[in-house]
Amino acid sequence: MRDKRCCEDDVLAEIEPGMTIGIGGWGSRRKPMSLVRAIARSQLHDLTVVSYGGPDVGLLCATGQVRKVVAAFVSLDSIALEPHYRAARQSARVEEEPWDEGLFLLGLQAAAWRLPFLPSRAGLGSDLLRLNPRLSTVRSPFEDGEELVAAPALELDVALCHLNVADAGGNAAFLGPDLYFDDLFLRAARRRFLSVERVVPTAELVGTAGTEQRVRINRTMVDGIIERPGAAHFTSCVPEYERDEAFQRRYAASARTPEDWAAFRAAFVDVSEEDYQAQRERPS
Amino acid sequence: MSSSRPARDRPTRAEVCVVAIAECFRGDGEILANPIGTIPMVGGRLARATFEPDLVMTDGEAAFVTNDEAFEFPAGKVIEAYNPYRAMFDMVWSGKRHVIMSGSQIDPFGNQNFAAIGSDWRAPRVELLGFRGAPGNTVQNTTSYWIPNHSTQVFVEHVDVVTGVGWDKAAALGAPSARYFGLRRVVTNLCVMDFAAPGHRLRLVSLHPGVSLDEVVAATGFELGLADPIVESRRPDAHELLLIREVIDPGGLRERELPDRRAGDASVGRADLAGSPAGEEAGAHGRSLWRSS
Repeated sequence: MRDKRCCEDDVLAEIEPGMTIGIGGWGSRRKPMSLVRAIARSQLHDLTVVSYGGPDVGLLCATGQVRKVVAAFVSLDSIALEPHYRAARQSARVEEEPWDEGLFLLGLQAAAWRLPFLPSRAGLGSDLLRLNPRLSTVRSPFEDGEELVAAPALELDVALCHLNVADAGGNAAFLGPDLYFDDLFLRAARRRFLSVERVVPTAELVGTAGTEQRVRINRTMVDGIIERPGAAHFTSCVPEYERDEAFQRRYAASARTPEDWAAFRAAFVDVSEEDYQAQRERPS
Repeated sequence: MSSSRPARDRPTRAEVCVVAIAECFRGDGEILANPIGTIPMVGGRLARATFEPDLVMTDGEAAFVTNDEAFEFPAGKVIEAYNPYRAMFDMVWSGKRHVIMSGSQIDPFGNQNFAAIGSDWRAPRVELLGFRGAPGNTVQNTTSYWIPNHSTQVFVEHVDVVTGVGWDKAAALGAPSARYFGLRRVVTNLCVMDFAAPGHRLRLVSLHPGVSLDEVVAATGFELGLADPIVESRRPDAHELLLIREVIDPGGLRERELPDRRAGDASVGRADLAGSPAGEEAGAHGRSLWRSS
């Protein structure tokens, strides 16, 4: 088994301007934020971000590196509306390709299964078909003849996810309440990278996870693995840590004025991950 | 009196709304009651604790729980089944669910918008939640709405973006596409409405105690159908009040979502929430806003 351990900079070297990046997690939960911060520090631009969106989307919109967001929502969960994303949308600095949450799942699943699309009723009658030109309809070839929405495959250049524990080969487990759709993001992408709270020997992986049923990521789905405790901060990574609500409020408040954003950016974005992790405990 | 500590026997407006939400689930049987927001969550729990004991409800995370408590579980959760997001879509697509969503705009046929305000999608005047799960929800499981700020900003002749499908759009789809469509009821801080007016348009069914017909008409941006007779919304009985106050929501979060308004108070909703589906304030306390799917 190959040792796939690497660092954020190794992953950055594989991402190019204009690429489509899928980011795992959900809202402000278990987001690979150290990788998102690494992108935010970089010169990457014109990215398309595909996400059940949270501060991953908001931060990269705030730094102006995103051209298009492919999402059903962008939310901080305890703060319903992501303020950096709203600001970017309302000033037309970013394009939103709207999706239904379930159609989005099917788009990822189609890409993971190497299908052109998967059908659903979701979207019929709503404005999704008008506002998302990639969606189309398809007619059932069977007797029913029902017209359905075709969710096109959401093919990704790169997928970034954060999990709780893995071995050095990329087998990985979630220990929190929900895997979300991380397995689909990884299977939908050409290049796949995980950050994790800790790396353990393979022989200890199932014991750490409690049951093999939590080891839902296998190494054929992963190209590189980063051991980075706290990588998901300030989003939640249960059971290691809950969302840092105080820090999230600070992040949200930094959308108020250019000066607020500049101060936040200087303290928490334009710094190394090590400095970020050291700084984040300091009161504002 | 405007204290958030209600008189013992007298329901607050929030508590009347809780009962109105609970009534949305009457007759649903063994399905997932998935009310999003604080008052809806309390209402769903109340329905299950009284007249709809077979309902299934979430903990606001990834499990179905049998607890009567809505938000805090001091004695622990009693988990009856695992329901991560992926399984939630199985619930929706198999139709075993009645969702109560919010809406920033609702039109006479129940088309809902909580994605964005403004005519230009590329540069919305106000960016809101996005489409979330509304398109899929509305064509595949039963849907009702909770509107805590009944106003002409919300009830508009035409919504800017159709996120949730209304009766006219469903009719235009025709069978078989619309055969699982089921838009049932709208509960607001002022009244209860259904879609039984001609052409499946919104119809006023009951007024909450202390609310006048004129008040509702003035707060609605289109002609509302009227039931005959229009009755008073059901008040919680003593047992229901006890359940709401002592068991389901002892922390009184329902009163934060809808500060008590007594008879004679004609205000029709808070401006700060008018453009927002549940508002950041409600989002902070409504543990299940994420489940807006």
